[in-house]
Amino acid sequence: MSESDLFQGHAYLFFKPHEVRFVDAAVARIIPADDLGPGAKEAGVTRFIDRQLASPWGTSSRQYRLGPWQPGSPRQGNQSPLIPQEIYRYGIQDMDRYCLKEKGKSFEFLSADVQEALLKAMESGQIELNTISCKKFFSLLHKNTIEGFFSDPMHGGNHNKIGWRLIGFPGVAGSAYPDWLGRYNEPYRVEPVSILDIEQGKVSLDAEGNPKHIFINPQ
Amino acid sequence: MTSTKLKPVDVVVVGVGVAGSIICKELATTGLRVVGLERGRMVDPNKDFVMPYAHDEFRNDNRSDLIQNLSRETVTFRNAMNETALPMRDIGSFRLGECVGGAGVLWGGLTWRFLPWDFETHSRTVERYGKQHMPADCSNQDWGLTYEELEPYYDQFEHIYGVSGKAGNLEGQLQPGGNPFEGPRSREYPNPPPPTTYAGHLFGKAAQSLGYSPFSTPTSGNTQLYKNPYKQVLGQCMRGGFCSSYSCAKGAKGSPLTAVVPSLKEHPNFELRPLSNVIKINLDSDGKRATGVNYIDANGQEFEQPADLVILTSYAFNNTRLLLLSGIGKPYDPISNSGVVGKNYSYQAVGSVKLFFEDKVFNGFMGGGGLCTAIDDFNGDNFDHSGLGFIGGGYLVVNSRGAAPIHSHPVPSGTPGWGSEWKKKVAHYYDRSFSISSHGGCQSYRTNYLDLDPTYKDANGLPLIRMTFDWRQPDHKMSAHITKKAAEIAQAMGPSKMSQHPVTGQYNITPYQVNHNTGGAIMGADPSASVVNKYLQTWDVPNVFVIGASAFPQNSANAPTGTVGALACWTADIIKEVYLKRPQSLM
Ligand SMILES: Cc1cc2nc3c(=O)[nH]c(=O)nc-3n(C[C@H](O)[C@H](O)[C@H](O)COP(=O)(O)OP(=O)(O)OC[C@H]3O[C@@H](n4cnc5c(N)ncnc54)[C@H](O)[C@@H]3O)c2cc1C
Ligand code: SF4
Repeated sequence: MSESDLFQGHAYLFFKPHEVRFVDAAVARIIPADDLGPGAKEAGVTRFIDRQLASPWGTSSRQYRLGPWQPGSPRQGNQSPLIPQEIYRYGIQDMDRYCLKEKGKSFEFLSADVQEALLKAMESGQIELNTISCKKFFSLLHKNTIEGFFSDPMHGGNHNKIGWRLIGFPGVAGSAYPDWLGRYNEPYRVEPVSILDIEQGKVSLDAEGNPKHIFINPQ
Repeated sequence: MTSTKLKPVDVVVVGVGVAGSIICKELATTGLRVVGLERGRMVDPNKDFVMPYAHDEFRNDNRSDLIQNLSRETVTFRNAMNETALPMRDIGSFRLGECVGGAGVLWGGLTWRFLPWDFETHSRTVERYGKQHMPADCSNQDWGLTYEELEPYYDQFEHIYGVSGKAGNLEGQLQPGGNPFEGPRSREYPNPPPPTTYAGHLFGKAAQSLGYSPFSTPTSGNTQLYKNPYKQVLGQCMRGGFCSSYSCAKGAKGSPLTAVVPSLKEHPNFELRPLSNVIKINLDSDGKRATGVNYIDANGQEFEQPADLVILTSYAFNNTRLLLLSGIGKPYDPISNSGVVGKNYSYQAVGSVKLFFEDKVFNGFMGGGGLCTAIDDFNGDNFDHSGLGFIGGGYLVVNSRGAAPIHSHPVPSGTPGWGSEWKKKVAHYYDRSFSISSHGGCQSYRTNYLDLDPTYKDANGLPLIRMTFDWRQPDHKMSAHITKKAAEIAQAMGPSKMSQHPVTGQYNITPYQVNHNTGGAIMGADPSASVVNKYLQTWDVPNVFVIGASAFPQNSANAPTGTVGALACWTADIIKEVYLKRPQSLM
């Protein structure tokens, strides 16, 4: 891992320090650093989630929130009054308590294998938490991890476009696409360009207003 | 609440999306005083949709502010009448538009015509297979309008949006390269078809080897600069992905905002009033004539807008809901099978086949704008249904919409959902995979319907619309049949792995499916079985017209907007040519 691959740290808007440690540890299991390169923690996904929780989304600002609240069938979708801020805050609190009681340490201090087993148990609904459904907490954590790993770095995750490099996604589209469409089975592989890169003046634009892509060797 | 009464106008249009913008434009040209009331905000593509921000997947797709704000209004849903409907609290199965331009700002641009069969599913099925072939409880009915009657208006709409494509049938003559199953068209598309992607090319080749007829689907992602009949210039599509669910920063996607709304400026007799949420159509004392509408503005103030003619273009759900809230037409009752408003809500059953390759890359992030290769051999009644246990079908399509990185993580069945193994598979297959969609229609059934929810209310305290809907056995059979055909084509491409995903089980409102909700204010030839006549005029209140997919008596497999646009052109024409001269019932 090079220096620029490492996410440099951040001051948090919503999370408390122990929550940062929990989320760092959990997202590092969901998308781990491995021989393919850095993972979600290195991509700054915790910062991404923190910013989202501090945004109107964190309080479900566009969700229908009038009662009565009734459980319904799974096909009727989410019917819980909990907002994302509460799911993370209560979820981490509950998981900390559970881990201390069952494993003697809070989540972030357990080994990677144990953490992974705990996340699997959460995913399949096998952990009884005090306030919230462990399945619901896992599912939100999983969704936000993917979002943070693959969204434009302007949102706080995907640091150094780690997620896009992994899959070969070029970022903001280039002017050559209409022509390249006809070049069958020829990989179009470029140094990915983010909106942040453009706003920071790191990439120049062509006459069409699209970024000038720089080609790299396909993997 | 007391309302402020405004100066009367000739026409009030409720909802300025795909249908509403065309109605506003066509009626404004007559010199009538027309007001367009739109609950959402005004958007200016030159300021709101700009590069590079238009390519921000997270903000535009995951956190869109152009999709209906559910905190103010949503729909409630249950699978069956013996369940309690609950509100759709988060966006899931479909997305509803809420701004000037409606969902037409976000749409993917796939601009189909329906098959001639779609307009007469009932009578043609009975004629070809006998009455017993109609599924039990199926409440399909003929439109009372035929493809031939609508053809000139399809053509008109295609020229407004600048559709790019290749005709398959010109006045009865089959054309190489086009869809041989389409109804006869009077002339070519206004713009040439788009290029074919590698995935589309492989699909087309495989389909052809099995004897089918592949073609490029018609798209409103323009292949070249184009000036439409409203003198609006549309740009050229750059195939950058970020198209369906996004607004186009290149002005290349035919939409209300590029093709119609700017041209309304030239009519001083037209006024667009955004942030105006219509809550009711007012009727005179004997309930036979509408006198205008009431709406609530952004500050919570209520206004009465008197008008001689009221046109609802507020999408299937609110077209139906506003009729129910206003007491226009008899509400549908599935138990006694009487009444009409809310009847025949329908959707589309979309399955898929996923394909994985080791030796091919697709540059799947390129695409967008309805860039698809399809076959129609298993759509409508294009194949023999004897003994199959269902009617209708669907088209099979490779949709190169642009593989955006948050949403596209194709992995072979059996791959874990996260962790190192998942990461490895995503890295490997992100660009070595694509899918064929088995895009099926859906018939109408007696207990799939809309009514007012007894419990849940919108932000103004008015009942939400309640959807009661589930898949039926024939929908499952149809999806299994056409998904199997897609799998046979997939097999012919020699993928290293593949998997089939037909529609099974019960309808679930949470996963994203299609934005093609239909019915509720259906058209027909019989006033006791339909809300509107073939001119989309309500049977009960002749100065109220209701335009949109709400009028479809059952759903075609094809995306609806070509037909919604054509219906808007058709109704505008009849209003201009006939109704205004004699403002009474047209039938
Ligand atoms: C992401 C996405 C992709 C799509 N892709 C395709 C595609 O590729 N091909 C295709 O054929 N179709 C597609 N569609 C569907 C297409 O957008 C709709 O069929 C089309 O917009 C319907 O036109 P309409 O005029 O009936 O409704 P809309 O265009 O949605 O307009 C309705 C308007 O009414 C307004 N309104 C509602 N209630 C009120 C009220 N009470 N008072 C005032 N105003 C009100 C709404 O805010 C909205 O602006 C897609 C839709 C989405 C969301
Ligand atoms: S793909 Fe084409 S039509 Fe779609 S947003 Fe991009 S330029 Fe516009």
